[in-house]
Amino acid sequence: MPELGVLAPYDASPLTILVFVLAAASYGYALPRLPRNQRPGALRVLAFGLGLLLCYGVMQTRFDYYAQYMFFVHRGQHLILHHLGPFLIALSNPLPVFRFWRARLAPDGHPLLRPVGTLYRALQQPVVAALLFVGLIYLWLWPPIHFDAMLSRPLYWTMNWSMLLDGLLFWWLMLDARSPAGGRTLGYGKRILILALVALPQMLLGAWIVFSRGQVYDVYEVCGRAWPMAPETDQLLGGLLTWIPPAMMSVLGILLLLRRALHEDGQALASQPVTGGRSP
Amino acid sequence: MTRAYTGLLLMAALILTGCLGQDPQWHGKDIRGLMPDLAFRLNAPSGAPVTPEASAGKVRLLYFGYTSCPDVCPSTLAGLRQAIRRLPEAERDAVEVLFVSVDPRRDTPERLSSYAGFYGEQVTGLTGPIPALRTLTRRYRTTFGYDQPDAEGNYNVSHGSAVYVFDGTGRARLLLRPGLSPQQISEDLARLIRESRAL
Repeated sequence: MPELGVLAPYDASPLTILVFVLAAASYGYALPRLPRNQRPGALRVLAFGLGLLLCYGVMQTRFDYYAQYMFFVHRGQHLILHHLGPFLIALSNPLPVFRFWRARLAPDGHPLLRPVGTLYRALQQPVVAALLFVGLIYLWLWPPIHFDAMLSRPLYWTMNWSMLLDGLLFWWLMLDARSPAGGRTLGYGKRILILALVALPQMLLGAWIVFSRGQVYDVYEVCGRAWPMAPETDQLLGGLLTWIPPAMMSVLGILLLLRRALHEDGQALASQPVTGGRSP
Repeated sequence: MTRAYTGLLLMAALILTGCLGQDPQWHGKDIRGLMPDLAFRLNAPSGAPVTPEASAGKVRLLYFGYTSCPDVCPSTLAGLRQAIRRLPEAERDAVEVLFVSVDPRRDTPERLSSYAGFYGEQVTGLTGPIPALRTLTRRYRTTFGYDQPDAEGNYNVSHGSAVYVFDGTGRARLLLRPGLSPQQISEDLARLIRESRAL
């Protein structure tokens, strides 16, 4: 095996590598074969690639080692898996690629896809999606569960994959590029409301971790840290990473949606015939 | 109607305590099903390879440390020695402490053997090449690291503070976190020994 150094996975997961390679390959294959007017521009391709690479990097490089033995690195890992990575992927709007593969593989729908579609729609109910997004963060950070998840390899992988999948679902619901005017996607008002609402409990949890006097997550002490760092410092940094960047991601999402809403308002006004109104 | 509700609530409570509640009789943390069975291939101070088969049938306590450790290792091993001494004499040999040194550079066979012997005849000192140690610590989701050596060449080693307890068949059973008293550890060990003997 070639010496990969820090790029080598700490805990190699063939399934994870396969999923990421398949995602990258199916995107790369579809891209040059899309009609010119549907093909994503360089910036969108870059956003998709960067999002994918970030998620892969925190799961299958030496980064994962530090995430297993340092609380604050673990929080950074989840920040990427649940927020930044999926945010970039959703922002890149990979819909044309999905359409391409759907036309190739199952143009008339597939009986296997039906339950998947039902599950998808159930999970993308606004209330369900918001509860799931915050609920997963609280679940995996609940101290006894967090302890078990860091001890058990299967639970650890379940945790990381559930964060990534939920991140993708949530940010796609928020940043879906199709206009709500078509009635198929969530209205901008609701999206903005959800983004603001999910930020609050995350800030609360982060602040609680930051201001906790005792050790909230002792598993890092029990299992040994990657390098000698005071437990309080580790907890403080981890709490800050739970508190501030997720709140900033919500704000960023809200700003993007406001810009889109204003843009569409402008378009709607411009295209409206002025003959309808009665002039005084 | 109310009866049905009460029944449902009771059932939910039972399920919840059954799934989430810890067995109140263990002092350590129950890790059945969370961690893999005991498996390793290390060297005894004599240089002979050692695998878990050598101590099959005994309750095994796996602990990572190093002989130059200033505080954590001596206090943990002393606590285990006290816990074993509290067992009835006939049961003491049903326990084996596997002290794995993660500092093979300084822990020579003589040093490791006399260090282990100091904490009782139930303690076996083991070590191996770094890759073998890394494989073992990764298996039990723990790690170790070295500080920069000072002018005299002394350095600190970071390692986990938990003791992993395996039953006679090698299944992972308990995680002893620091802070348990020798009496509590002894009670857990006695129960595990009785359990293995009943089989």
